[in-house]
Amino acid sequence: MTFSAAAPLAVTALLRNRLRSLLTTLGIVIGVAAVLMMQAMGEGATAYVGEAISGLGTNMLILVPGSARGMGPPTAGVPLFSTADLEAIRRQARSVDRVAPVNSRMFRTVAASRNRNVTVAGVTTEYFDIRQWGAIEGRLLTPEDTRRASPVCVVGQTVRDAMFEENPVGRELRVRDLACRVVGVLEAKGSAAFGMDQDDMVLMPFTTFSRRLIGNDRVATIMVSAVSTDRIDDAKREIVGVLHQRRHILPGEDDDFAVRDPREMQAVLQTVTGMLTTLLAGVAAISLVVGGIGIMNIMLVSVTERTREIGVRLAVGARAGDILAQFLVEAVILSALGGAIGVGAGLAGAYGVAHLIQVPFVVPRVAMPVAFAVSVLVGILFGVVPARKASRLSPLSALRFE
Amino acid sequence: MAPAAEGVVIETAAPAPLLSLRGVTKIYGEDTAAVRALDTVDLDIEAGEFVAITGASGSGKSTALSILGCLELPSDGDYCIEGIPAQDLWPEVLAALRNARFGFVFQTFNLLPRTSALENVALPLIYAGVGARERQRRAADALAAVGLSGREDARPNQLSGGQQQRVAVARAIVNDPDVILADEPTGNLDTKMGADIMQLITRLNADRGITVIMVTHDATWAAYAPRQVVFRDGRIVSDQVRSRPS
Repeated sequence: MTFSAAAPLAVTALLRNRLRSLLTTLGIVIGVAAVLMMQAMGEGATAYVGEAISGLGTNMLILVPGSARGMGPPTAGVPLFSTADLEAIRRQARSVDRVAPVNSRMFRTVAASRNRNVTVAGVTTEYFDIRQWGAIEGRLLTPEDTRRASPVCVVGQTVRDAMFEENPVGRELRVRDLACRVVGVLEAKGSAAFGMDQDDMVLMPFTTFSRRLIGNDRVATIMVSAVSTDRIDDAKREIVGVLHQRRHILPGEDDDFAVRDPREMQAVLQTVTGMLTTLLAGVAAISLVVGGIGIMNIMLVSVTERTREIGVRLAVGARAGDILAQFLVEAVILSALGGAIGVGAGLAGAYGVAHLIQVPFVVPRVAMPVAFAVSVLVGILFGVVPARKASRLSPLSALRFE
Repeated sequence: MAPAAEGVVIETAAPAPLLSLRGVTKIYGEDTAAVRALDTVDLDIEAGEFVAITGASGSGKSTALSILGCLELPSDGDYCIEGIPAQDLWPEVLAALRNARFGFVFQTFNLLPRTSALENVALPLIYAGVGARERQRRAADALAAVGLSGREDARPNQLSGGQQQRVAVARAIVNDPDVILADEPTGNLDTKMGADIMQLITRLNADRGITVIMVTHDATWAAYAPRQVVFRDGRIVSDQVRSRPS
C-alpha cells in the first residue's frame, strides 16, 4: 500500500482520538522545541558575541598589565605602562599601525543642573582610528588637543541624552572640578561589549586626563591596531618582544602583561556555547527517545484496541504489508505532527527568550529541518514494533479477539 | 487421433470444482491440549451453489468456513480453489483471493465503528487498489443493491441490527465476489430481520449466481438453502440436496 493510500486511513484513525493523539505527540514536541530553542539561542549568543567583538575594532589588540589570562581584571601590584612604552611600540613594532593609550575612571559629571556618574577616558586621536569610531555632531579629539592638554571632550550618545536637552557641542561639561567644552558627539556603538554601555562615556585628551584629573601619566591600557588583519599575529609577537625588553622580562619568566586579542575571546566564548549546545543536544536526544517510546506505547495500545478492525481488514483482503503500512504511517504522522508543533513552539520560545535577554533572534535554518527529520525518523523507529505486531496477527484470531 | 491422446485431453479439460476439501483436518493447540476441529473432511462445492452448513456448537462448521474463506489453512489435507491448493499460495495471494473472490458476512456484523456505511462498504476496494471516486460509486451501488440508498453517511450505531447486516452484505458483494461466506448471518437478528437478510442472500445467489456458503445452527434458516451439509464432531454426517422451499 502506498503512503498516499495509507495516509487517509491513518489520519481518520488519529482524528478519532484527538486528545490522545495530541498528548502522545507531547514528548516529541518538547524534544524538538528544546533542540530548536537551544540551537536558536546558541546561534543568537554567537552572533551577539560576534557583534560585540567587531564593535571593538576588527584588527585590534589590547595590552594590559598583569598576567591575567582570559578576561579577568589585571593582577594588582604590577607596574602600569608608560608613555615611553607607547613610543617604543610605535617605533619598533613594524606590523603595528596605530597605538593609543587609554586610561579611564568613573567621575561625577555636571552639566547645567544635571549630574551623572560616567566613565571618563583619556585617549588620543588614534584611539578613534583603532576603534573606527566617528562623530555624528561636532568633531573628534585632535592631536592639537592632546599636545595642548585642552579642556575639551566628546560625549557618547547615552551621556548626551542624559545630560543635555539640545545639541551639546559648545556647551560646558564639568568633570569633577574640571570644566570641559564639549566639542563632539560620538556615533552610537550600542550596548555591545559584555553588558557595558559603550555610549555612556566621556572621552578627553589623554594629556588633559593625566595632568588635570589623575595627576600622573602612567598608562593602564594600550590599544593597538595592526597594519592589516592578517598581520595581527606578527604585531602581537613584536609587541611582546618590545615589552619584554622594556619590562626586563628574561626568557622563561612569566609575562607581567597580557596582549588580549578579541578574536581569542570570541574563540573562548564559542567553545563555551559549543559545549552548552552539545549538552543540550544530549538532553534533547533523550527527550526525543522518551517521546518515541510514548508513541510506541500508544501505538501498541491502539493495535490491541483495534485487533478486530485489523481482523476485518485482513478478511476483506488487506495484506500484512497494508496493515504494517497503516500503523507505521500513523506513528510517523504522530511524530511528524509533534515535530511540526515542536518547531513552532521552539521558534516562539527562542524568540521570546531572545527578546527577554536582549540578544539577537536567529532562525536556526539548519536545525529546523534536521529536528523535523529526526522526529519523523523517531516515528519510523518506534512505530515499527507496534506495526509489525499488527501485521503479524492471523485474520481469524484477530476477528475472534474480544 | 490416438485414443490415449484423446483421454489426456479429456482429463485436463475436466473442470475442477470451484472449492474442494480433500481429507482436510484442522487441529488447534498441541499435544494433550490438541483439539481436532475438523477430521478428514471431504467436500466439493460447485459454482452457483447455495450450501447451508449446520451442526451443533463445536461441530467444526465454523472452522470449515474459515478454511473455505482462506482465513486459515488446514493442518492436513488439501483445500483447492479451482484445483489450486491454497496451502501452496503466498499469504499475499490468499489476501488477494479474500479480496476479489470471497465476501464475508459475520454474525456480529464486524463493521468498523465510527465509520460511515459507505466507507465500510468501500473497505475491500481500498485493498483492491480502486481509486477514491470509483470506490464511492461502487460502494453506493452496493448499498443500493441491499436497499440502503440514502443511508450512506449513517454510522453503524445509527443503524438497526438488520441494517448493519445489510451494510455487511453490501461490503461482501462490493468487489463482485464468486463466493459469499456467511457465518451465522442471522444469529444476532430477530426473526423478521433474519428473514430479510435470508431473502437478500437468496436473491444474490439466484440473480447474480454468487455461490453462497452459510453456517447456521438454525434449521429454519438452513431450509433456505437447496443443499445442506451437517457436521458433527469435526466430520460430515449428512450432505443432502433438497428442493427449494416455495
